[in-house]
Amino acid sequence: MIPLQVVAIALVGLGGLAVVAARDPLRQALVLGLYGLTLVSLFVVLQAPDVALSELVVSTVAFPFILFTALAKMRDRR
Amino acid sequence: MSRRARLGVFGVSAAVLASLFVWALTGLPKFGDFQGEYGRILNSVAGSERHVTNVVAAVVFDYRGFDTLGEEFLLFTAVMAVALLLREARSGEERRTDVVRSDTVRAVGLFAVGPTVVVGLYVIAHGYLTPGGGFQGGVATAAGLVLLYAAARYRAYRAASPKALIDFAEGTGVGAYAAVGIASLIAGSAFLANVADLGVKGTLSSGGTIAILNAASGLAVAAACVLIFHEFLEEVMTPR
Repeated sequence: MIPLQVVAIALVGLGGLAVVAARDPLRQALVLGLYGLTLVSLFVVLQAPDVALSELVVSTVAFPFILFTALAKMRDRR
Repeated sequence: MSRRARLGVFGVSAAVLASLFVWALTGLPKFGDFQGEYGRILNSVAGSERHVTNVVAAVVFDYRGFDTLGEEFLLFTAVMAVALLLREARSGEERRTDVVRSDTVRAVGLFAVGPTVVVGLYVIAHGYLTPGGGFQGGVATAAGLVLLYAAARYRAYRAASPKALIDFAEGTGVGAYAAVGIASLIAGSAFLANVADLGVKGTLSSGGTIAILNAASGLAVAAACVLIFHEFLEEVMTPR
């Protein structure tokens, strides 16, 4: 394991912790997107660019979008 | 159960889990020691067999093309379910107003629309040459279109994604994928076998049916994402 890979894996671990530590759903959805970016950098470091691109579009576009619209809808209801 | 008893149960469970975890870790192969013979073989033969430079695309749209057909239908079914449920429940006039108020969001949104769509189309078009492909590029293209909404250009956003065109594109993308498979059968080969001209490796005209299937899935995924994003946005915007 080269140092860059260790750093990338450590970032993923920290990102996961940050997602769990965020209690407000809206904030958590934002942190989740950033956590996805740490995964993207891990996949790039591990030389899996196809997976990195998939993770990028899912974790920073599709998933947060669904979460944000759901949260907005729930706020309307209240 | 008292707090003490709960802590005790947790302590025992955590200790057992930790020891099992460590045991499993010691049995793992070394970091970076890849044991999949199939991947190694494909890496060495895919380039010469299919004339593509991205082996992943060759796996997704050729060697395992049938799996991807299943995924296309899965996405199609999910999208149709969303459209059926939400469109039915939300009858009546669409509200044609811009809900994004922040000038910063509007400016960034407007600036990002063009580059995002171009990157998305580029990733689709070069799916079998460089990393990426129909799925990744399709989602990025759809994201570019939705950014029009963030730029507070609801009319432009709707003009770029009229319901009839998106429904048509979604059906065409998935249908084209299945049609390529049937075309292989008509050509006297197996379903989804690569029967088209393989072209020159490293150019846009390479890969045979991989190129066609890649474009078809790009269309299907982009349309699917626009459709889902739109239905969700309308849900938020329409007061009930």
